[in-house]
Amino acid sequence: MASIITVSGLTKSYASGFQALRGVDLEIEEGEIFALLGPNGAGKTTMISIICGNVRPTGGSVTVAGHDIVRDYRGSRSAIGLVPQELHTDAFERVIDTVTFSRGLFGKPRNDAYIEKILRDLSLWDKRHSKILELSGGMKRRVMIAKALSHEPRVLFLDEPTAGVDVELRRDMWKLIGELRQTGVTIILTTHYIEEAEEMADRVGVINRGELVLVEEKTALMKKLGKKTLTIVLAEPLSAVPPELGEWQVALKADGHEIEYVFDTQAERTGVSSLLRKLGDLGIGYKDLNTEQSSLEDIFVSLVHREKAA
Amino acid sequence: MSGFNYRAIWAIYKFELHRFRRTLLTGLLVPVITTSLYFVVFGGAIGSRMTQIDGIPYAAFIVPGLIMMSMFTESIFNASFGIYMPKFTGTIYELLSAPVSAVETIIAYVGAAATKSLIVGTIIFVTAHLFVDIRVAHPLAMVAFMVLIAVSFCLFGFILGIWAQSFEQLQVIPLLLIMPMTFLGGAFYSIHMLAEPWRTITLFNPIVYLISGFRWTFFGRGDVGIEFSLLFVAAMLALCLAIIGWMFRTGYRLKK
Repeated sequence: MASIITVSGLTKSYASGFQALRGVDLEIEEGEIFALLGPNGAGKTTMISIICGNVRPTGGSVTVAGHDIVRDYRGSRSAIGLVPQELHTDAFERVIDTVTFSRGLFGKPRNDAYIEKILRDLSLWDKRHSKILELSGGMKRRVMIAKALSHEPRVLFLDEPTAGVDVELRRDMWKLIGELRQTGVTIILTTHYIEEAEEMADRVGVINRGELVLVEEKTALMKKLGKKTLTIVLAEPLSAVPPELGEWQVALKADGHEIEYVFDTQAERTGVSSLLRKLGDLGIGYKDLNTEQSSLEDIFVSLVHREKAA
Repeated sequence: MSGFNYRAIWAIYKFELHRFRRTLLTGLLVPVITTSLYFVVFGGAIGSRMTQIDGIPYAAFIVPGLIMMSMFTESIFNASFGIYMPKFTGTIYELLSAPVSAVETIIAYVGAAATKSLIVGTIIFVTAHLFVDIRVAHPLAMVAFMVLIAVSFCLFGFILGIWAQSFEQLQVIPLLLIMPMTFLGGAFYSIHMLAEPWRTITLFNPIVYLISGFRWTFFGRGDVGIEFSLLFVAAMLALCLAIIGWMFRTGYRLKK
């Protein structure tokens, strides 16, 4: 697949001296859903803002659909729809006016049929004559998406699309993003909800303290960095971990009824069979075994921590 | 897509006029009432005791000053609010991420604000006709002058709106600087009526030249020569354009 966005050596230092981005390189492929993951203040919004034109880059370059964001900003910005994190709306405007306004702002000729289609797709058609201030938070978010889509962009940026949105609305939003993808739009979303990336993204980028720590196919990432937890339910509770089990670094859980062992699925020797043998040798009986794959969240936390330690 | 984004200009222009339309009643009624009050107080009560200034009946003499005063405040207020509000509510993100150049942004915002202040100026002119008989010596020059003043002060307001970081800052320049300068700028009197050294000091007030120039288009004479007035308008336009150019080049208070 061809890249639609190319970020190379992108840096940003704010006037305060804070270095928000420290040389980011990234390729976004046309048609994919890319999740940019990172803790607060990692540089996610700064990166999006630079690509969209709201923040000036300090160094490096970005092209969108082949247009340099500085030299050919008209070309790059025409290709982008942006839904920012906060609900910035013109409270007194009507839904249909504000969406039509956005289309004009991006230099597109009027197209009532297309606007109607967007509003219908986003379940806003019935509310088209409502003033924005009369809408709920979830509906306002939809209005902002409609504005971003009004000029038929090839790339849609969603900055924290479900921040402060309740569980049901979040499900709605995920469904909506899935549907948008069917139309061929490339979607880049930032989030600090891991489950969001896990649910939707094709690829995941982890950004921490201004650096892109990792970019990977989501499934590959989970496999590669995946750890499994083996839970052994004991026949008789133990009061302490026997010293003979020291090399496995197991933990006693559930008031001594369970032993928990974390192992790396990629390791040459997982240590599972030797642990079970040792338990047999020690005469510790068990009733049940259970293994669990770690989630993207665990992967993420371990990545960010590893960074901090380094 | 390249070239001029005239559709964006039109979209912003319509949006701004729509914003004015929401406050249509106060927006249009206020200048009518204010003008009437000035005529009752200055034209009627005081003017009856003053015969003429430079051979012009007092009530007629204050008309250009009244129009100018309202247009100054309207222009600054509308243009500064137009760009300050998106900054305040955060909707500026859309403008900044749109394929719109600085020039297009200015044409749209300043054009819309200038349109409104021209409407207000016209309303005052018409209202004044109800109170006093005025003949305009140079009608074309009068219209041209109004347009120039509206555009210059809207540019100034636009700068103010970008500079301001609070509602207080937005108000402070019009109230503490422009208002006094207008009152002392010969809106309601001829500077020839002042004693020295005030007369000379007044000549340092740029507003004097603007009001005098506008008065010239009405009566064929002003406090200072029309060429000086034109020079001041041109200087103000040039200065505002230079500041705005710098603001957009550096992203001043718009982009981090």
